[in-house]
Amino acid sequence: MLATLTALAEPNRLRIVDLLREGPRPVGEIVDRLRLQQPQVSKHLRILGDAGLVVATPDAQRRIYALRPEPLQELDAWLERYRRIWEGNYQRLDALLAEGKAPRERATKPQERKRTQKKGSPR
Amino acid sequence: MKNTTSLQLTTPSEREILMTRVFDAPRQRVFEAHTKPELIRRWLLGPDGWSMPVCEVDFRVGGAYRYVWKRVSGAAEACGTEMAMSGVFKEIVVPERIVNTERFEQSWYPGEGLNTLTLTEKNGRTTLRQSMVYDSREIRDAVLKTGMESGVETSYDRLAKILAS
Repeated sequence: MLATLTALAEPNRLRIVDLLREGPRPVGEIVDRLRLQQPQVSKHLRILGDAGLVVATPDAQRRIYALRPEPLQELDAWLERYRRIWEGNYQRLDALLAEGKAPRERATKPQERKRTQKKGSPR
Repeated sequence: MKNTTSLQLTTPSEREILMTRVFDAPRQRVFEAHTKPELIRRWLLGPDGWSMPVCEVDFRVGGAYRYVWKRVSGAAEACGTEMAMSGVFKEIVVPERIVNTERFEQSWYPGEGLNTLTLTEKNGRTTLRQSMVYDSREIRDAVLKTGMESGVETSYDRLAKILAS
């Protein structure tokens, strides 16, 4: 995960990844499209390759670079999980805020409220 | 009934996590939900299956807070697992801004985070911005990676579910 983040932390590498989302490209095309120097692009591609984000396939005299989706999917899933935890928190907060000025013990989360509510009926 | 925008999560710098969310309530009430223990423990629970048996808040600048979460349902071996977080209030502007430190008491999270909560109100709705800045990127990533759970197997279960959907 750290390798993915580190590789993506450089703006030009992120641009290369964005470009490769459209499809595999040879170095020359990446150079042209992003208006970068060839050695610079080669260096970025090497770092992206080391992080497992791109893979090169030889094609006659040149090499075609393609995105490997796995690290990006992993990154998405990772952020999504954290986001879901907080979205869960904030949905409970929505319910609490919807209760009106004097918050009462209402069953926003039945499995956790059961015990505290057994004695007095919620009204 | 969906009357709020969903949560936006970004990482604006390498040591920061920023969350933005709109609530259909005046900011005074959103603020109170962040400062009164009887309210905090009803929503700040993390993943399903956790409760907050300890919620102590000394709400003043220099005052401390401490939250303890306990896993109350789910896999039998995971039940009873506890997570604790504590910190100190650095800045309070009622009802719009709270700055506090945070530190997880579990060893997987070294160092400290600095949280800044900002609430703005418009037409009775409140926009919440929660920034969390950590000592290093490694810490931030550790926080992102584990969320509030230390159980790796649960993470993988969820990862599998997300990838399958």
